[in-house]
Amino acid sequence: MALKYYFDLMSQPSRAVYIFLKANKINFEPKPIALRKGEHLTEEYKRVNPWMKVPTLEDNGFILTESVAILRYLSQKYKLPEHWYPHSDLQKQARIDEYLHWQHLNTRLQAAMVFQHKLLIPVAKNEKIDEKKVQRFKAELPKVIAHIETYFLRDQKFIGGEDISVADLLAACELMQLFPVFEEDVYESNLKIKAWMERVRTTLNPYFDEGHAITYRTRDSYKKIGPSLGAKL
Amino acid sequence: MGAVKFYADLRSQPCRAVFIFMKANAIQFELEKVDLFLGEQLQEKFTQVHSIQRVPVIDDDGFVLGESGAIFRYLSRKFNVADHWYPAADLARQARIDEYLHWHHTNIRVNAMMTFRHIYINTVRGKPVKEDEVRRHKSELSKALNHMALYFLKERKFLGGHDISVADIQALCELMQLDAVREEGLYLSNPIVGAWIGRVKAAVQPYLAECEAEGVGMMKQLYETITSSSKL
Repeated sequence: MALKYYFDLMSQPSRAVYIFLKANKINFEPKPIALRKGEHLTEEYKRVNPWMKVPTLEDNGFILTESVAILRYLSQKYKLPEHWYPHSDLQKQARIDEYLHWQHLNTRLQAAMVFQHKLLIPVAKNEKIDEKKVQRFKAELPKVIAHIETYFLRDQKFIGGEDISVADLLAACELMQLFPVFEEDVYESNLKIKAWMERVRTTLNPYFDEGHAITYRTRDSYKKIGPSLGAKL
Repeated sequence: MGAVKFYADLRSQPCRAVFIFMKANAIQFELEKVDLFLGEQLQEKFTQVHSIQRVPVIDDDGFVLGESGAIFRYLSRKFNVADHWYPAADLARQARIDEYLHWHHTNIRVNAMMTFRHIYINTVRGKPVKEDEVRRHKSELSKALNHMALYFLKERKFLGGHDISVADIQALCELMQLDAVREEGLYLSNPIVGAWIGRVKAAVQPYLAECEAEGVGMMKQLYETITSSSKL
Protein backbone atom coordinates (compact mmCIF):
# COMPACT_ATOMS: atom_id res chain seq x y z
CA MET A 1 0.00 0.00 0.00
CA ALA A 2 1.25 3.52 -0.79
CA LEU A 3 0.63 4.98 2.69
CA LYS A 4 2.36 3.43 5.69
CA TYR A 5 1.70 4.80 9.17
CA TYR A 6 4.03 4.05 12.09
CA PHE A 7 2.45 4.78 15.47
CA ASP A 8 1.81 3.83 19.09
CA LEU A 9 -1.60 4.74 20.50
CA MET A 10 0.07 5.47 23.85
CA SER A 11 1.52 8.56 22.13
CA GLN A 12 -0.80 11.53 21.89
CA PRO A 13 0.28 12.77 18.45
CA SER A 14 0.14 9.16 17.18
CA ARG A 15 -3.49 9.03 18.29
CA ALA A 16 -4.37 12.30 16.62
CA VAL A 17 -3.09 11.20 13.21
CA TYR A 18 -4.62 7.73 13.62
CA ILE A 19 -8.06 9.18 14.40
CA PHE A 20 -7.67 11.62 11.50
CA LEU A 21 -6.83 8.85 9.02
CA LYS A 22 -9.78 6.77 10.19
CA ALA A 23 -12.29 9.62 10.33
CA ASN A 24 -11.37 10.62 6.77
CA LYS A 25 -11.39 7.04 5.51
CA ILE A 26 -7.84 7.29 4.19
CA ASN A 27 -6.42 3.87 3.35
CA PHE A 28 -3.17 3.08 5.09
CA GLU A 29 -1.05 0.17 6.18
CA PRO A 30 -0.87 0.34 9.98
CA LYS A 31 2.64 -0.22 11.36
CA PRO A 32 2.28 -0.30 15.14
CA ILE A 33 5.50 0.42 17.03
CA ALA A 34 5.34 -0.59 20.70
CA LEU A 35 7.28 2.09 22.61
CA ARG A 36 7.08 0.11 25.85
CA LYS A 37 8.94 -2.76 24.10
CA GLY A 38 11.55 -0.41 22.64
CA GLU A 39 10.45 -1.13 19.08
CA HIS A 40 11.22 2.50 18.15
CA LEU A 41 14.88 1.84 18.98
CA THR A 42 15.40 -1.01 16.52
CA GLU A 43 17.72 -0.69 13.54
CA GLU A 44 14.74 -1.41 11.31
CA TYR A 45 12.74 1.55 12.61
CA LYS A 46 15.81 3.77 12.71
CA ARG A 47 16.06 3.30 8.95
CA VAL A 48 12.51 4.63 8.63
CA ASN A 49 12.92 7.48 11.14
CA PRO A 50 16.44 8.18 12.40
CA TRP A 51 15.03 10.34 15.21
CA MET A 52 13.33 7.18 16.49
CA LYS A 53 10.05 8.77 17.53
CA VAL A 54 6.42 8.17 16.56
CA PRO A 55 4.42 8.94 14.55
CA THR A 56 6.00 8.64 11.12
CA LEU A 57 4.23 8.66 7.77
CA GLU A 58 5.68 6.99 4.71
CA ASP A 59 3.99 7.96 1.44
CA ASN A 60 5.45 5.95 -1.42
CA GLY A 61 8.94 6.35 -0.02
CA PHE A 62 8.48 9.97 1.16
CA ILE A 63 9.13 9.97 4.90
CA LEU A 64 7.43 12.61 7.05
CA THR A 65 7.59 13.05 10.83
CA GLU A 66 5.88 15.53 13.20
CA SER A 67 2.15 15.04 13.64
CA VAL A 68 1.29 18.62 12.67
CA ALA A 69 3.19 18.36 9.39
CA ILE A 70 1.57 14.98 8.74
CA LEU A 71 -1.96 16.28 9.44
CA ARG A 72 -1.48 19.25 7.14
CA TYR A 73 0.11 17.13 4.39
CA LEU A 74 -2.75 14.63 4.47
CA SER A 75 -5.45 17.31 4.47
CA GLN A 76 -3.96 18.86 1.35
CA LYS A 77 -2.98 15.67 -0.45
CA TYR A 78 -6.41 14.10 -0.09
CA LYS A 79 -8.19 17.44 -0.64
CA LEU A 80 -10.15 16.97 2.55
CA PRO A 81 -13.00 19.30 3.59
CA GLU A 82 -11.60 22.77 4.33
CA HIS A 83 -12.64 22.83 7.97
CA TRP A 84 -9.94 20.31 8.90
CA TYR A 85 -7.25 22.76 7.91
CA PRO A 86 -8.56 25.93 6.19
CA HIS A 87 -6.29 26.71 3.24
CA SER A 88 -8.31 29.44 1.62
CA ASP A 89 -9.23 31.47 4.70
CA LEU A 90 -5.93 33.08 5.74
CA GLN A 91 -7.06 34.21 9.17
CA LYS A 92 -8.72 30.91 10.12
CA GLN A 93 -5.64 29.05 8.91
CA ALA A 94 -3.42 31.37 10.90
CA ARG A 95 -5.36 30.86 14.13
CA ILE A 96 -5.13 27.10 13.75
CA ASP A 97 -1.40 27.34 12.93
CA GLU A 98 -1.02 29.50 16.02
CA TYR A 99 -2.56 26.82 18.24
CA LEU A 100 -0.51 24.07 16.59
CA HIS A 101 2.76 25.93 17.27
CA TRP A 102 1.81 27.15 20.74
CA GLN A 103 0.75 23.71 21.97
CA HIS A 104 4.24 22.12 21.90
CA LEU A 105 5.57 23.95 24.93
CA ASN A 106 2.18 24.50 26.54
CA THR A 107 -0.57 21.85 26.29
CA ARG A 108 1.73 19.06 25.20
CA LEU A 109 4.69 19.67 27.45
CA GLN A 110 2.75 20.07 30.69
CA ALA A 111 0.16 17.29 30.17
CA ALA A 112 2.76 14.82 28.90
CA MET A 113 5.05 15.49 31.85
CA VAL A 114 2.22 14.96 34.38
CA PHE A 115 1.52 11.60 32.74
CA GLN A 116 5.21 10.70 32.62
CA HIS A 117 5.76 11.50 36.30
CA LYS A 118 2.58 9.80 37.46
CA LEU A 119 3.17 6.58 35.55
CA LEU A 120 6.01 5.97 33.09
CA ILE A 121 8.93 7.33 35.12
CA PRO A 122 8.10 5.77 38.50
CA VAL A 123 7.42 2.42 36.81
CA ALA A 124 10.67 2.59 34.82
CA LYS A 125 12.69 3.55 37.90
CA ASN A 126 10.78 1.23 40.22
CA GLU A 127 10.18 4.19 42.55
CA LYS A 128 7.25 6.03 44.10
CA ILE A 129 5.74 9.02 42.31
CA ASP A 130 7.74 12.23 42.81
CA GLU A 131 4.83 14.49 43.80
CA LYS A 132 6.96 17.64 43.60
CA LYS A 133 7.67 16.99 39.94
CA VAL A 134 4.00 16.19 39.23
CA GLN A 135 2.92 19.43 40.92
CA ARG A 136 5.52 21.45 39.03
CA PHE A 137 3.91 20.57 35.69
CA LYS A 138 0.35 20.40 36.97
CA ALA A 139 0.70 23.96 38.23
CA GLU A 140 1.16 25.20 34.66
CA LEU A 141 -2.00 23.56 33.35
CA PRO A 142 -4.70 25.95 34.65
CA LYS A 143 -3.12 28.75 32.63
CA VAL A 144 -2.92 26.51 29.55
CA ILE A 145 -6.60 25.58 29.94
CA ALA A 146 -7.54 29.25 30.44
CA HIS A 147 -5.71 30.24 27.24
CA ILE A 148 -7.38 27.48 25.25
CA GLU A 149 -10.73 28.72 26.53
CA THR A 150 -10.35 32.47 26.21
CA TYR A 151 -7.84 32.88 23.40
CA PHE A 152 -8.32 29.90 21.11
CA LEU A 153 -11.95 28.87 21.61
CA ARG A 154 -13.39 32.33 22.34
CA ASP A 155 -17.00 31.16 22.74
CA GLN A 156 -16.82 29.30 19.41
CA LYS A 157 -17.70 25.66 19.08
CA PHE A 158 -14.18 24.76 17.96
CA ILE A 159 -10.80 26.50 17.69
CA GLY A 160 -11.36 27.34 14.01
CA GLY A 161 -14.99 28.37 14.47
CA GLU A 162 -18.09 26.36 13.69
CA ASP A 163 -16.34 23.18 12.61
CA ILE A 164 -13.72 20.84 13.98
CA SER A 165 -10.12 21.14 12.77
CA VAL A 166 -6.79 19.43 13.32
CA ALA A 167 -6.17 21.88 16.18
CA ASP A 168 -9.10 20.55 18.22
CA LEU A 169 -8.11 16.97 17.46
CA LEU A 170 -4.53 17.43 18.62
CA ALA A 171 -5.53 19.47 21.69
CA ALA A 172 -8.03 16.84 22.79
CA CYS A 173 -5.52 14.01 22.36
CA GLU A 174 -2.91 15.85 24.44
CA LEU A 175 -5.38 16.61 27.25
CA MET A 176 -6.63 13.01 27.21
CA GLN A 177 -3.15 11.97 28.39
CA LEU A 178 -4.30 13.22 31.82
CA PHE A 179 -7.26 10.80 31.83
CA PRO A 180 -5.44 7.50 32.48
CA VAL A 181 -3.70 8.96 35.54
CA PHE A 182 -6.92 10.33 37.00
CA GLU A 183 -6.07 13.98 36.36
CA GLU A 184 -9.01 14.79 34.09
CA ASP A 185 -10.28 17.29 36.63
CA VAL A 186 -7.62 19.63 35.25
CA TYR A 187 -9.74 20.12 32.12
CA GLU A 188 -13.16 18.97 33.32
CA SER A 189 -13.27 21.61 36.05
CA ASN A 190 -13.52 24.21 33.27
CA LEU A 191 -17.06 23.66 32.01
CA LYS A 192 -16.46 25.25 28.63
CA ILE A 193 -13.44 23.04 28.05
CA LYS A 194 -15.30 19.99 29.31
CA ALA A 195 -18.12 20.71 26.83
CA TRP A 196 -15.65 21.29 23.99
CA MET A 197 -13.82 17.99 24.73
CA GLU A 198 -17.18 16.17 24.63
CA ARG A 199 -18.01 17.91 21.37
CA VAL A 200 -14.69 16.79 19.85
CA ARG A 201 -15.28 13.24 21.03
CA THR A 202 -18.85 13.10 19.73
CA THR A 203 -17.86 14.62 16.38
CA LEU A 204 -15.03 12.11 15.90
CA ASN A 205 -16.65 8.96 17.29
CA PRO A 206 -16.40 6.03 16.84
CA TYR A 207 -12.82 6.87 15.81
CA PHE A 208 -12.04 8.94 18.91
CA ASP A 209 -12.85 6.04 21.21
CA GLU A 210 -11.05 3.60 18.90
CA GLY A 211 -7.94 5.79 19.00
CA HIS A 212 -8.18 6.03 22.78
CA ALA A 213 -8.75 2.33 23.47
CA ILE A 214 -5.34 1.92 25.09
CA THR A 215 -5.80 5.19 27.01
CA TYR A 216 -9.04 3.88 28.51
CA ARG A 217 -7.46 0.51 29.36
CA THR A 218 -4.53 2.29 31.00
CA ARG A 219 -6.92 4.15 33.29
CA ASP A 220 -8.39 0.82 34.39
CA SER A 221 -4.93 -0.58 35.14
CA TYR A 222 -4.03 2.62 36.99
CA LYS A 223 -6.70 1.88 39.58
CA LYS A 224 -4.28 -0.73 40.95
CA ILE A 225 -0.89 0.54 39.70
CA GLY A 226 -1.47 4.14 40.83
CA PRO A 227 -1.90 3.45 44.54
CA SER A 228 1.08 1.07 44.47
CA LEU A 229 3.14 4.02 43.21
CA GLY A 230 1.78 6.26 45.92
CA ALA A 231 -0.97 7.96 43.91
CA LYS A 232 -4.17 8.96 45.66
CA LEU A 233 -7.14 8.38 43.36
CA MET B 1 -4.27 49.31 4.88
CA GLY B 2 -1.39 50.47 7.03
CA ALA B 3 1.88 48.86 7.95
CA VAL B 4 1.81 45.67 9.99
CA LYS B 5 2.23 46.40 13.71
CA PHE B 6 5.01 44.20 15.04
CA TYR B 7 5.22 43.68 18.79
CA ALA B 8 8.70 42.40 19.55
CA ASP B 9 11.88 42.46 21.56
CA LEU B 10 14.82 41.80 19.27
CA ARG B 11 16.58 39.95 22.08
CA SER B 12 14.01 37.19 21.48
CA GLN B 13 14.99 34.63 18.89
CA PRO B 14 11.61 34.18 17.15
CA CYS B 15 11.20 37.99 17.11
CA ARG B 16 14.43 38.33 15.15
CA ALA B 17 13.33 35.57 12.79
CA VAL B 18 10.09 37.39 11.93
CA PHE B 19 11.99 40.72 11.70
CA ILE B 20 14.47 39.28 9.20
CA PHE B 21 11.70 37.62 7.19
CA MET B 22 9.72 40.85 6.89
CA LYS B 23 12.81 42.87 5.97
CA ALA B 24 13.92 40.30 3.40
CA ASN B 25 10.51 40.52 1.75
CA ALA B 26 10.11 44.29 2.05
CA ILE B 27 6.98 43.93 4.18
CA GLN B 28 6.29 47.31 5.80
CA PHE B 29 6.00 47.16 9.56
CA GLU B 30 6.03 49.36 12.67
CA LEU B 31 8.07 47.91 15.49
CA GLU B 32 6.45 48.30 18.93
CA LYS B 33 9.03 47.29 21.46
CA VAL B 34 7.87 45.02 24.29
CA ASP B 35 10.79 44.88 26.72
CA LEU B 36 10.97 41.29 27.94
CA PHE B 37 13.68 42.03 30.47
CA LEU B 38 11.39 44.60 32.13
CA GLY B 39 8.49 42.14 31.98
CA GLU B 40 6.45 44.39 29.68
CA GLN B 41 4.83 41.35 28.07
CA LEU B 42 3.10 40.67 31.38
CA GLN B 43 1.84 44.20 31.91
CA GLU B 44 -1.68 45.41 31.23
CA LYS B 45 -0.87 47.37 28.05
CA PHE B 46 0.47 44.39 26.13
CA THR B 47 -1.88 41.87 27.75
CA GLN B 48 -4.75 43.86 26.24
CA VAL B 49 -3.21 43.29 22.81
CA HIS B 50 -2.39 39.61 23.34
CA SER B 51 -3.64 37.76 26.41
CA ILE B 52 -1.10 34.96 25.92
CA GLN B 53 1.60 37.48 26.90
CA ARG B 54 4.30 36.32 24.50
CA VAL B 55 6.15 37.88 21.58
CA PRO B 56 6.36 38.08 18.62
CA VAL B 57 2.84 39.23 17.78
CA ILE B 58 1.62 40.97 14.64
CA ASP B 59 -1.44 43.14 14.23
CA ASP B 60 -2.45 43.24 10.59
CA ASP B 61 -5.23 45.77 10.29
CA GLY B 62 -6.90 44.48 13.45
CA PHE B 63 -6.06 40.79 13.01
CA VAL B 64 -3.80 39.91 15.94
CA LEU B 65 -1.61 36.83 15.61
CA GLY B 66 1.08 35.24 17.80
CA GLU B 67 3.56 32.39 17.24
CA SER B 68 6.35 32.99 14.74
CA GLY B 69 5.53 29.76 12.86
CA ALA B 70 1.96 30.94 12.24
CA ILE B 71 3.14 34.47 11.41
CA PHE B 72 5.53 33.16 8.72
CA ARG B 73 2.79 31.37 6.83
CA TYR B 74 0.24 34.17 7.22
CA LEU B 75 2.63 36.83 5.92
CA SER B 76 3.89 34.57 3.12
CA ARG B 77 0.37 34.10 1.78
CA LYS B 78 -0.90 37.61 2.48
CA PHE B 79 2.04 39.34 0.84
CA ASN B 80 2.59 36.73 -1.84
CA VAL B 81 6.30 36.38 -1.14
CA ALA B 82 8.68 34.35 -3.33
CA ASP B 83 7.61 30.71 -3.12
CA HIS B 84 10.87 29.35 -1.70
CA TRP B 85 10.26 31.05 1.65
CA TYR B 86 7.25 28.84 2.43
CA PRO B 87 6.23 26.80 -0.65
CA ALA B 88 2.49 26.76 -1.25
CA ALA B 89 1.98 24.39 -4.16
CA ASP B 90 4.71 21.79 -3.66
CA LEU B 91 3.26 19.57 -0.93
CA ALA B 92 6.44 17.69 -0.16
CA ARG B 93 8.60 20.83 0.16
CA GLN B 94 6.00 22.58 2.28
CA ALA B 95 5.69 19.47 4.46
CA ARG B 96 9.44 19.40 5.06
CA ILE B 97 9.42 23.03 6.22
CA ASP B 98 6.35 22.40 8.44
CA GLU B 99 8.18 19.38 9.81
CA TYR B 100 11.25 21.43 10.70
CA LEU B 101 9.24 24.30 12.25
CA HIS B 102 7.38 21.91 14.53
CA TRP B 103 10.35 19.71 15.42
CA HIS B 104 12.23 22.93 16.26
CA HIS B 105 10.17 23.78 19.38
CA THR B 106 11.15 20.95 21.70
CA ASN B 107 14.49 20.10 20.14
CA ILE B 108 16.42 23.15 19.01
CA ARG B 109 14.48 25.94 20.79
CA VAL B 110 14.08 24.40 24.23
CA ASN B 111 17.69 23.29 24.47
CA ALA B 112 19.37 26.35 22.94
CA MET B 113 17.06 28.69 24.87
CA MET B 114 17.57 26.95 28.22
CA THR B 115 21.36 26.78 27.73
CA PHE B 116 21.34 30.53 27.01
CA ARG B 117 18.95 31.39 29.85
CA HIS B 118 20.75 29.44 32.53
CA ILE B 119 24.06 31.05 31.63
CA TYR B 120 22.91 34.57 30.74
CA ILE B 121 20.25 35.31 33.34
CA ASN B 122 22.24 33.89 36.23
CA THR B 123 25.43 35.65 35.15
CA VAL B 124 23.64 38.97 34.75
CA ARG B 125 22.04 38.58 38.18
CA GLY B 126 25.29 37.49 39.77
CA LYS B 127 23.88 34.09 40.70
CA PRO B 128 25.52 30.68 40.31
CA VAL B 129 24.86 28.86 37.06
CA LYS B 130 23.30 25.38 37.45
CA GLU B 131 26.02 23.50 35.61
CA ASP B 132 24.20 20.15 35.53
CA GLU B 133 21.16 21.74 33.87
CA VAL B 134 23.40 23.46 31.31
CA ARG B 135 25.19 20.19 30.61
CA ARG B 136 21.89 18.38 30.11
CA HIS B 137 20.57 20.96 27.64
CA LYS B 138 23.88 21.12 25.79
CA SER B 139 23.85 17.36 25.42
CA GLU B 140 20.29 17.38 24.07
CA LEU B 141 21.15 20.23 21.73
CA SER B 142 24.10 18.29 20.38
CA LYS B 143 21.83 15.34 19.53
CA ALA B 144 19.31 17.67 17.94
CA LEU B 145 22.00 19.36 15.83
CA ASN B 146 23.18 15.97 14.69
CA HIS B 147 19.67 15.15 13.52
CA MET B 148 19.39 18.54 11.86
CA ALA B 149 22.56 17.78 9.93
CA LEU B 150 21.80 14.20 8.94
CA TYR B 151 18.03 14.35 8.37
CA PHE B 152 17.03 17.90 7.48
CA LEU B 153 20.21 19.03 5.76
CA LYS B 154 21.87 15.90 4.38
CA GLU B 155 23.46 17.10 1.11
CA ARG B 156 20.96 19.95 0.80
CA LYS B 157 22.01 23.58 0.94
CA PHE B 158 19.16 24.56 3.26
CA LEU B 159 16.74 22.87 5.65
CA GLY B 160 13.89 22.77 3.17
CA GLY B 161 15.93 21.98 0.07
CA HIS B 162 18.03 24.01 -2.32
CA ASP B 163 16.61 27.40 -1.41
CA ILE B 164 16.42 29.33 1.83
CA SER B 165 13.08 29.20 3.65
CA VAL B 166 11.50 30.34 6.93
CA ALA B 167 12.85 27.16 8.55
CA ASP B 168 16.43 28.37 8.05
CA ILE B 169 15.75 31.81 9.53
CA GLN B 170 13.98 30.29 12.53
CA ALA B 171 16.89 27.93 13.21
CA LEU B 172 19.52 30.62 12.58
CA CYS B 173 18.04 33.04 15.11
CA GLU B 174 17.59 30.39 17.76
CA LEU B 175 21.17 29.17 17.46
CA MET B 176 22.69 32.66 17.30
CA GLN B 177 21.29 33.38 20.77
CA LEU B 178 24.16 31.22 21.98
CA ASP B 179 26.66 33.74 20.58
CA ALA B 180 25.63 36.12 23.35
CA VAL B 181 27.12 33.78 25.93
CA ARG B 182 30.10 32.73 23.82
CA GLU B 183 28.64 29.29 23.14
CA GLU B 184 28.55 29.40 19.33
CA GLY B 185 30.98 26.49 19.44
CA LEU B 186 28.01 24.28 20.26
CA TYR B 187 26.65 24.60 16.75
CA LEU B 188 29.80 25.49 14.85
CA SER B 189 31.45 22.28 15.99
CA ASN B 190 29.11 20.34 13.72
CA PRO B 191 30.68 20.89 10.29
CA ILE B 192 27.44 20.38 8.32
CA VAL B 193 25.57 22.80 10.60
CA GLY B 194 28.48 25.24 10.49
CA ALA B 195 28.54 25.29 6.70
CA TRP B 196 24.76 25.68 6.51
CA ILE B 197 24.69 28.55 9.00
CA GLY B 198 27.32 30.35 6.95
CA ARG B 199 25.07 30.10 3.90
CA VAL B 200 22.01 31.37 5.78
CA LYS B 201 23.93 34.30 7.27
CA ALA B 202 25.24 35.23 3.83
CA ALA B 203 21.72 35.12 2.38
CA VAL B 204 20.22 37.46 5.03
CA GLN B 205 23.30 39.45 6.07
CA PRO B 206 21.94 43.00 5.77
CA TYR B 207 18.82 42.17 7.81
CA LEU B 208 20.84 40.26 10.37
CA ALA B 209 23.04 43.31 10.80
CA GLU B 210 19.96 45.49 11.32
CA CYS B 211 18.79 43.53 14.34
CA GLU B 212 22.25 43.01 15.85
CA ALA B 213 22.48 46.14 18.00
CA GLU B 214 19.18 45.58 19.80
CA GLY B 215 19.40 41.81 19.65
CA VAL B 216 22.33 39.48 20.13
CA GLY B 217 24.79 42.39 20.16
CA MET B 218 23.13 44.03 23.15
CA MET B 219 23.14 40.85 25.21
CA LYS B 220 26.68 39.93 24.18
CA GLN B 221 27.96 43.32 25.28
CA LEU B 222 26.36 43.04 28.71
CA TYR B 223 27.60 39.47 29.15
CA GLU B 224 31.14 40.41 28.12
CA THR B 225 31.14 43.40 30.48
CA ILE B 226 30.03 41.34 33.46
CA THR B 227 32.29 38.37 32.80
CA SER B 228 35.38 40.49 32.17
CA SER B 229 34.82 42.73 35.20
CA SER B 230 34.41 39.69 37.42
CA LYS B 231 37.95 38.71 36.50
CA LEU B 232 39.32 41.94 38.02
